[in-house]
Amino acid sequence: MSAPLKPPAAETYQHPAGLAGFAADWASDQRAFKNVSWGKAMMWIFLLSDTFIFGCFLLAYMAARMSTTVSWPNPSEVFALEIAGTHMPLILIAIMTFVLISSSGTMAMAVNYGYRRDRRKTAALMLVTALFGATFVGMQAFEWSKLIAEGVRPWGNPWGAAQFGSSFFMITGFHGTHVTFGVIFLLIVARKVWRGDFDTERRGFFTSRKGRYEIVEITGLYWHFVDLVWVFIFAFFYLW
Amino acid sequence: MAHAEAHAEQQQHPIKLYLLVWGLLFVLSAFSYLVDYFGLQGFLRWSLILIFMMLKAGLIVAVFMHMAWERLALMYAILLPPLLVLVFVTLMVSESNYILFTRLAFFGPGP
Repeated sequence: MSAPLKPPAAETYQHPAGLAGFAADWASDQRAFKNVSWGKAMMWIFLLSDTFIFGCFLLAYMAARMSTTVSWPNPSEVFALEIAGTHMPLILIAIMTFVLISSSGTMAMAVNYGYRRDRRKTAALMLVTALFGATFVGMQAFEWSKLIAEGVRPWGNPWGAAQFGSSFFMITGFHGTHVTFGVIFLLIVARKVWRGDFDTERRGFFTSRKGRYEIVEITGLYWHFVDLVWVFIFAFFYLW
Repeated sequence: MAHAEAHAEQQQHPIKLYLLVWGLLFVLSAFSYLVDYFGLQGFLRWSLILIFMMLKAGLIVAVFMHMAWERLALMYAILLPPLLVLVFVTLMVSESNYILFTRLAFFGPGP
């Protein structure tokens, strides 16, 4: 009586482009973000939530700085260094910025070689990225110890508004923690790439699922986000 | 699997593009640093800092994070919500101005 069900015409269906495609994705009774894997969509949504957290920190800092009656310490001078007898304002932060940007560059290239299934180059570039990240954390540790030695505390500092210390430790501390986790994440994925887990379809010890080279791109998304946050911290905390 | 393969094809971009963006980010950061180095102040300082910041953020998100090649539905889902944070920024600017005003009015200009 009933005709045999035809398979859905997936091959012939052309997804509309532009705004029509946007509407079709969101109006879908299947899943939004077609052709975007769950892993990638979830990393983006996690990063969106992280954006709000960093956004709230920067907003709290802005509100504290704008409402204080005491003058704010000059970041340009606070983060100055004496290098070979020359006084260099903000030089430490500039070097940290260049280190983090370089790590983003090597990471982007690692993603590219990952999709080309070039195991050695991918793993090597990820290790270089992790090394840049570790360098950044090391420089931040130096910066923190220098400021603590100079008497900066979350409740006060020698140069001005007491809120400087709490904002500084909160924002850079939270960012540094992200970088540290990123380095660990990079090392774990680099090891998997190096060992060829995604070619042999070896199952992960934690999820017991087969991984794909896409995890390199997902790791990259996290890493670039850490760099992205630093762009805003650099502008609002150090250059303001 | 075919779907995964098709996706993998999407993010194949020449290494040259990444090197170019890397270089641009370096130059923009150097410019940001120079704004402070030359001690520019006022409106000029702020507009330059914000322009360099937005250009850097845009390059990272669009090219390094491949947002430029993602579906429009994903772009809007990720990019619009942070934009709405600007409303929050406006609220907090107004609020902190008010707090500063009350502090000055009731406690005086401080030590």
